[in-house]
Amino acid sequence: MDLQKPREKARVVVAMSGGVDSSVTAALLKREGYDVIGLTMQLYDHGAATAKAKACCAGQDIYDARRVAERLAIPHYVMDYETTFKNDVIDRFADSYVRGETPVPCVLCNQTVKFRDLFKAAKDLGADALATGHYAQRLPGSQLHRAVEIARDQSYFLYATTREQLAFIRFPLGGLTKAQTRALATEFELHVADKPDSQDICFVPTGDYAAIVKKLRPEAARGGDIVHIDGRVVGKHEGVVHFTVGQRRGLGVGGEAEPLFVVSVDPDNARIVVGPKAALLRDSFALHSVNWLGEGTLPIDGVQVNVKLRNTHTPVVATVFGGDTAAAAHVVLNSPEAAVSPGQACVFYDGDRVLGGGWIARAPAGYALPHNLRGPRTAAISTGI
Amino acid sequence: MADRDSFAYLDYNATTPPLPEVTAAVAAGFDIYGNPSSVHAAGRRARAAVEQARDAVAAMVGVTPAQVVFTSGGTESNALALKGIASASVFASAVEHPSVLAHVATENLIPVDSAGIIDLVALDARLSKAPSPALVAVMLANNETGALQPIARVVEIARKYGARVHCDAVQAPGKMAVDMGALDVDSLSLSAHKLGGLKGAGALVLRSGLEITALQVGGGQERRRRAGTENVLGIVAFGAAAAQTARLHGAMATVRRLRDDLEIAIVRVAPHARIFSQGVERLANTICVGLPGLSSDIQLMRLDLAGVAVSAGSACSSGKVTPSHVLLAMGVPESEAKCAIRVSLGWDTTVAETAQFLDVWRGLASSAAA
Repeated sequence: MDLQKPREKARVVVAMSGGVDSSVTAALLKREGYDVIGLTMQLYDHGAATAKAKACCAGQDIYDARRVAERLAIPHYVMDYETTFKNDVIDRFADSYVRGETPVPCVLCNQTVKFRDLFKAAKDLGADALATGHYAQRLPGSQLHRAVEIARDQSYFLYATTREQLAFIRFPLGGLTKAQTRALATEFELHVADKPDSQDICFVPTGDYAAIVKKLRPEAARGGDIVHIDGRVVGKHEGVVHFTVGQRRGLGVGGEAEPLFVVSVDPDNARIVVGPKAALLRDSFALHSVNWLGEGTLPIDGVQVNVKLRNTHTPVVATVFGGDTAAAAHVVLNSPEAAVSPGQACVFYDGDRVLGGGWIARAPAGYALPHNLRGPRTAAISTGI
Repeated sequence: MADRDSFAYLDYNATTPPLPEVTAAVAAGFDIYGNPSSVHAAGRRARAAVEQARDAVAAMVGVTPAQVVFTSGGTESNALALKGIASASVFASAVEHPSVLAHVATENLIPVDSAGIIDLVALDARLSKAPSPALVAVMLANNETGALQPIARVVEIARKYGARVHCDAVQAPGKMAVDMGALDVDSLSLSAHKLGGLKGAGALVLRSGLEITALQVGGGQERRRRAGTENVLGIVAFGAAAAQTARLHGAMATVRRLRDDLEIAIVRVAPHARIFSQGVERLANTICVGLPGLSSDIQLMRLDLAGVAVSAGSACSSGKVTPSHVLLAMGVPESEAKCAIRVSLGWDTTVAETAQFLDVWRGLASSAAA
C-alpha cells in the first residue's frame, strides 16, 4: 500500500458505493489489517436528480454499502454530496450537451466529488490514504497505470487525478481481474457478490440522457433543420440533445446514396449537420484543462504518446504539444480518426502508464466546412463507474 | 454501546437506554402473551397490563386514562392528531419535528426568532385570517436546541380564534414535568423511548371529550381511535418508564450543572463556537453547538470513531447529515448550520463521559481553526 506506517496504525478510508468492487476493496484492506472506514456518498435522489424536491431517502446502493460495512465490522458513514454533485457533475453534463458536446460525467465526478470533497473528508478523518474500487494501478512514485485486465481498465476516467491526489489515493483492485474480484466477494461472503455491474451513467438510470438534459436545459429541445454538408436541408429534428457526432441511427433521412452520419451539432442554430462517414475523419485538435502526469512539463515541441479518445477506444499514436499555458495542449494524430468528439477526454498513455490528458475542445468559432476538420463526436457516452 | 466505560452516549434526545425498571418489567412481561382483546384469562391479563400502563402514562401527564391513546410512537401520534382532529387549516411552528412538518403546508409555517421561539405576533396574524377551525401544532421542547415554546401564550392566541392546539411533547417527559391540564392543549404526543422505555410505543393524549378520526381502522382497540393489536410489551415498558419520571426529573438539576459546565468548557476550548438557544428557557440536558470551519458530519464521525455518540441535524434513513431545518428557521446561515452538532445528556451521564467528549472536541476545535 506504500504507506509509511504499520498497517494496524494506518487509517484507510474506502469510498464504498455499494457495488461489488468497492465492497471487495474494503474487505481486502480490512483483512490486511488496516484501520478501515467506509464512506458512502449520497449523490442524487434516484429518478429525481433533476426535478423533484430532495427527498430523504437512501437508495439500494447505500443500503448495500452499509450491509457490507456491517459484515466487515468497520465504521461506515454516509455523506451528503447531492448539492455538489448537482452543481459539479449533473449541471455541467447538461451544459456540455447544450454546447453540442458529448460529456464524460465520470471524469467530472472523480475530479470534484470524489477526489476533491471525499478526499478532504478522508484527510479530515485523519486517514493515511483514500482507497477506491477503480480498476487502475497506482505504482510507486505515484504513477498511474492501466489495470492488469485491460477490458476493465478505468484509467481513462482517472487521467485528471493530480500528483498530489495520487500520493494519497490507492486502487487495490488494479492488479486483479473482475473475475478475481467477484471470487473474493464470494469468499468474503459479501451479499453483493453477484450484484450486476453498474451500467450507464449513475444519475440517468433509465439511460435516457435526453430527458434529463431537456428537464434541466429546455433550450436543448429546440427543433431545427438537418443539413447535409453539401448544403441541402435533408430533414427536421426535435432538439440537438437527441444527437451526438458519429451517430447514424435516428436521423430519419432517407433516399441518400451513402449512409449518413452526424458530422457536427450546431446548438446556436439548432442545426444538425450530416454527411458520409469520410466527413467524420479528423487528425488534429486542441485540448483544454490538461493534466500532465509525465516528467516535468508537457513539451512545447511535442512528445509521442498513445491516445485514447473515448473509454472504449483502442489507443492510437499521436504527438501532443504543450500549449501557451499548462492547461492547454494540441494533439496531432498519426492517422485520422472518426472519433474526435468535443467534450470527451483525450488521455495520454506510454504503454500502460497514464501520462495525463485533457478535454477535447470544440473547433474554433467560425470553423466552417471543409467538414474533414470539423469536430465530430461519438454516439456512445462512456462511463467509468 | 453496551460498554459505557469506553463509550460516551450523549444522544439522549435521539433515544435513551432503557431504565432498569423497564428492563425488569419487560422481562416479566414476556409471560403476558395474551391478546388484550381476547375474552379469556390470558387476554384479560394482557388487557390488565395495558391498562396499568395507561394509568401510569395518564398520571405522568396529569390526565385520566381514557384520554390516553397508545400508538407506535411520536410520529404516529403527530399524524393521528394532525389528520384525526377535524380542522379547516393546519399551522405549525417552523421548528417542529419532520413528522409534524409533513402535515403542514409551507405557507402555514409560523416563523421563529433567532433563539427558535415561535413568533406569537405572526401566529396571531395568521390565525386571524385562517379558515376555522384551525389547528396549530407547537412543540413543547425542541429536539435539537432544547428551547421551550411558550405554549400557554400559543393556547391563549388560539382560543381567541377558536383554534385547537396540538403539542408535540415527545422531548419533555424524563427531562421536565408535563401537566397536560396546565398546558391546556387539545392533544399531546408522547414517545416511550425518549424516557427510558422501548422504541415502538407512544401515545396521543387527548383533551377529555375530544373526538378524533382514526387513521388505522379495522378494530375497536383504543376506544376505536387506533385499530390494531396493542404492542403489549412496548406499552408495559412505557408504563414502567412513566412511573419513573419523577425520579428522572429529580436528576435534572445534576444534569443541568453537568451541561452548563460542559458548555463553558466547549466555548473555552473553541472560542468561535456558538451555542444556540442558550439565552432562552430550554431543556436541562441539551447543547446545540456550531463549530464553524468543520462540517457536522466530520465532527460526528470523529466523535464516533473516538467512542462518543452525538448527532446533528435531522436524522435520516440513509444516515446522511443535512443542515438542521431548525437552525435554518432560526436564521442561522447555512454555512454555520452545516457545522452544528447536538449533544444531549441523560439522567445517568457521568463527568467521565463529558470529559471524553471534551477530549475529542479539542481536536475538532483545532481542525476547525486550521
